[in-house]
Amino acid sequence: MTTEVYLNSRYVGDVENPEQFVQNIVDSRRKADLSSNVNVSYDKKKNEIHVESLRGRLRRPLIVVKDGKSLLTEKHITQLEKSELTFSDLLKQGVIEYLDAAEEEGTFIAFYENELTKQHTHLEISPIDIFGLCGSLVPYANHSPGARIAMGAKNQKQSLGLYAANFSVRMDMDVNILHSAQRPIVTTLTHETSMYEKHPSGQNIVVAVMAYKGYNMEDAVILNKGSIDRGMGRSTYFRPAITEELRYAGGLTDEISIPDKEVKGYKSERDYRFLEEDGIIYPEAQVKEGDVVIGKTSPPRFLSSLEEYNLASNTRRESSLGMKHGEEGIVDFVCITENEEGNKLVQVRLRDQRIPEVGDKFTSRHGQKGVVGLIVPHADMPFSASGIVPDLIFSPHGIPSRMTISHLIELIGGKVGALTGRYIDGTTFDSEPEAALRKLLLQFGFRENGTETMYNGETGEQYQAKIFIGNMYYLKLKHMVANKLHSRARGPIQLLTRQPTEGRSKEGGLRLGEMEKDTFVAHGAALLLKERFDSDKTVVPVCESCGMVAIYNEFKDQSYCPICGDNVEISDIEMSYAFKLILDEFKALGVYPKLQLKTKY
Amino acid sequence: MDEELFKEYEDKLPPAILENIRKNAPEKITKAQLKKVLELTLKEYEEMAIEPGESVGVISAESIGEPGTQMTLNTFHFAGVAEMNVTTGLPRIIEILDGRKALSTPMMEIYLQKPYSTGKDIKKIALMVKETKVCDVASEFEINLADSTIEIKLDKQKLEEVGLTPSTLVKNIEKAMKVNLKLKDDDLVVVKTSSKESSLNEVYKLKEKIKDAYVQGIKGILQVLPVKRGDEFIIITAGTNLRKVLELEFVDPVRTVSNDVYEIGEVLGVEAARQAIINEILKVVDSQGLNIDKRHIMLVADMMCFSGDLKGITRYGIVQEKASVLARASFETPIKHIIDAALVGEVDKLNSVVENVMINQPLPIGTGLPSLIVDAKK
Ligand SMILES: [Zn+2]
Repeated sequence: MTTEVYLNSRYVGDVENPEQFVQNIVDSRRKADLSSNVNVSYDKKKNEIHVESLRGRLRRPLIVVKDGKSLLTEKHITQLEKSELTFSDLLKQGVIEYLDAAEEEGTFIAFYENELTKQHTHLEISPIDIFGLCGSLVPYANHSPGARIAMGAKNQKQSLGLYAANFSVRMDMDVNILHSAQRPIVTTLTHETSMYEKHPSGQNIVVAVMAYKGYNMEDAVILNKGSIDRGMGRSTYFRPAITEELRYAGGLTDEISIPDKEVKGYKSERDYRFLEEDGIIYPEAQVKEGDVVIGKTSPPRFLSSLEEYNLASNTRRESSLGMKHGEEGIVDFVCITENEEGNKLVQVRLRDQRIPEVGDKFTSRHGQKGVVGLIVPHADMPFSASGIVPDLIFSPHGIPSRMTISHLIELIGGKVGALTGRYIDGTTFDSEPEAALRKLLLQFGFRENGTETMYNGETGEQYQAKIFIGNMYYLKLKHMVANKLHSRARGPIQLLTRQPTEGRSKEGGLRLGEMEKDTFVAHGAALLLKERFDSDKTVVPVCESCGMVAIYNEFKDQSYCPICGDNVEISDIEMSYAFKLILDEFKALGVYPKLQLKTKY
Repeated sequence: MDEELFKEYEDKLPPAILENIRKNAPEKITKAQLKKVLELTLKEYEEMAIEPGESVGVISAESIGEPGTQMTLNTFHFAGVAEMNVTTGLPRIIEILDGRKALSTPMMEIYLQKPYSTGKDIKKIALMVKETKVCDVASEFEINLADSTIEIKLDKQKLEEVGLTPSTLVKNIEKAMKVNLKLKDDDLVVVKTSSKESSLNEVYKLKEKIKDAYVQGIKGILQVLPVKRGDEFIIITAGTNLRKVLELEFVDPVRTVSNDVYEIGEVLGVEAARQAIINEILKVVDSQGLNIDKRHIMLVADMMCFSGDLKGITRYGIVQEKASVLARASFETPIKHIIDAALVGEVDKLNSVVENVMINQPLPIGTGLPSLIVDAKK
């Protein structure tokens, strides 16, 4: 029997001796006769050999094992340390090879070198290799459920930090910079290799695990006002304002300048007060809602033959870029340049300092995210016997159901690190053991389980329970209330439906949707529901003879029906504007929607 | 016990409650005490009644819909038996409520009459129910090109398993197919072809047809599985054919059920279908460990059946029945509904909830229900 061979999923032929064939390919790859990109897998059940060399396969490096012995020897390591050898040299020597998912199926990989047996084919370079970059930034991850590590990894991507050292000259938009970011006390191998201290994204703070008056229930956290005043969790938010001088047909262009008073849609002198002669705002100007950042005028919209005789229509339109509803900040940086089409392009970067407030989102690196529930004055915060006041209070109810033991170990690790003045290695599978940390704690005169006697900051009474307290690396996430807070009573409506606009940026209403409507119906709150849906209420005159919408002439204070004339009964009917609209749409379909009126009560 | 008192309450309280009181009341209860019990019961009973204007439909929809989001697992497999699985969970609920005619896993539970239910010969009985095709009992089909005949080699063991002899098999095939068969040897059936099927292609087609020819059992019953339930044996089947199964003399027609609501409706009538809907939904709800009040499910079943035949909760089913044009249009395919209504000059009386939401008038439910009876003169 022969085995089918596929090259990049395409059938190329058969071989008699599949095992030998596969071995030959692997051997040539290790001898660097074949590209290291080649992977081969043998499916015994389907009796197929697949050789892959294309891109798009996720691959990872492993140390080759022969006869139960790792090919990576002490000699290699010393050479590596002396930089006589590089990683790619090892690849060429066949000491390390990259496997894709299919080839990995046929391997037997040892975690540690001392586990090696004759059957093993490969050895992990480091057990942390099974994680991605973000996943390996979670310390002590081998103590937590996978789902939580994944969340922890995800949260780190949303954390504020120093995303680029040259941020001050970059025109990045919608980005945040965390003030005085630190590298974590409890680190992992990846923190070293990725040079995390060059782009840190959090701060080491003192965390106490306790309930605080119910303000930290449901994952909320309590912040210390004193810590915030000292700069904890402070960040800067950069917001863009971009506009360009567009060119229109007929040689007309936009013009970036302070608009003339004759311009159609001129706001008010006050709104333009920050603009310099070139029509652009000056740096360090403090702008608030409504202020113009870049002044601009556009040519009249339509130049139809009729309007040429109309003097008013020849004036230019105001099209300045202003601060939207609820926005404020300080002008940080102005950049005048040209875009691909050669149009003048003005970019203004606005800066806004963000001090932690109730509703901002914070997280540890273990998928334990939470929102600030209360900011407590420093004096009212609990304190320990040695006078330590926590920066943040985390709720103990977040631990049992989620089983994030790594969160607790980091707290102890951070405490030991702070006491000894060194970084604690929390690399997953390869960390400083928890027992050693506890022993060190004991040596420094603390309880080995990390708890301390604490006192109520308001009354000075000693708490009955011993409080678990230590240092942790906390991240501020980019979801801040200042960007989301929104309310509306009255405001703009849509032209077509006369219903409120949607979205925070348009000062929109909050939608009472289909399912929300159902809850009113289920409670029998019919009149309350009607009131909720009154946002587009209109009164429409209806002809009782033909049942169509009639016309009301306000000058004459007279109603008449365009079909039946003015000698008919016309009643004012209250309905939602959306319904009036659907009646019009019925007419567009060629359907005659006749309203039959009768007294309701 | 005072029967007179009970009689007094007969048309005020349902018989089940009266029976319950009768059973649980102590022997030496006095007339005054019993009267007090009945009075209190009546008060409780009346307090539990739904008030006019309560939106029972929306409450039912929410009460079934919310736990529906927690349902997991689409199918489960009968342990140890190959290829016997059952659709449960949300997909099954959707299947029932849509009133689908073709189920993804039709099933029957066949209960047996007394002497058969003891488990003796249960396998044989089960195989008699199962639909047997020629290919199930044959090991080989061959076309003899020389004299254009088809030779079917029988599998004697399988034949015996289903309780057939070669000669009865030949008879059964002839009944089903109208072909000319001859039993050669003990295990070889020769099919003679007529002049019509002269070409090889025709003969091949005939062969494929014979493979699927019905031999015995009940059509539609694809698999059978005898199971012990309590102290009797029942047969669980994949595939249903309620009408034919109920005709079998060894089947207990009272307890035997199908999970095909539509089929039950056809065979036993709409009342049975209504009960089947309730039972089938409850079965899923219970298997998921959820708690939904039975009355919500009963209301849904009533909605599906009250027109006299089974209608799914779809745009072709009960939505089609709605009196209001606007309500129908708001569900799906609005333009079609509007045009169809315009063609016959339909009038929307605006009597229900959805249409009043659309024009923003008070809904005729809850606080919106009461109104003046007297028409005010203009
Ligand atoms: Zn009219």
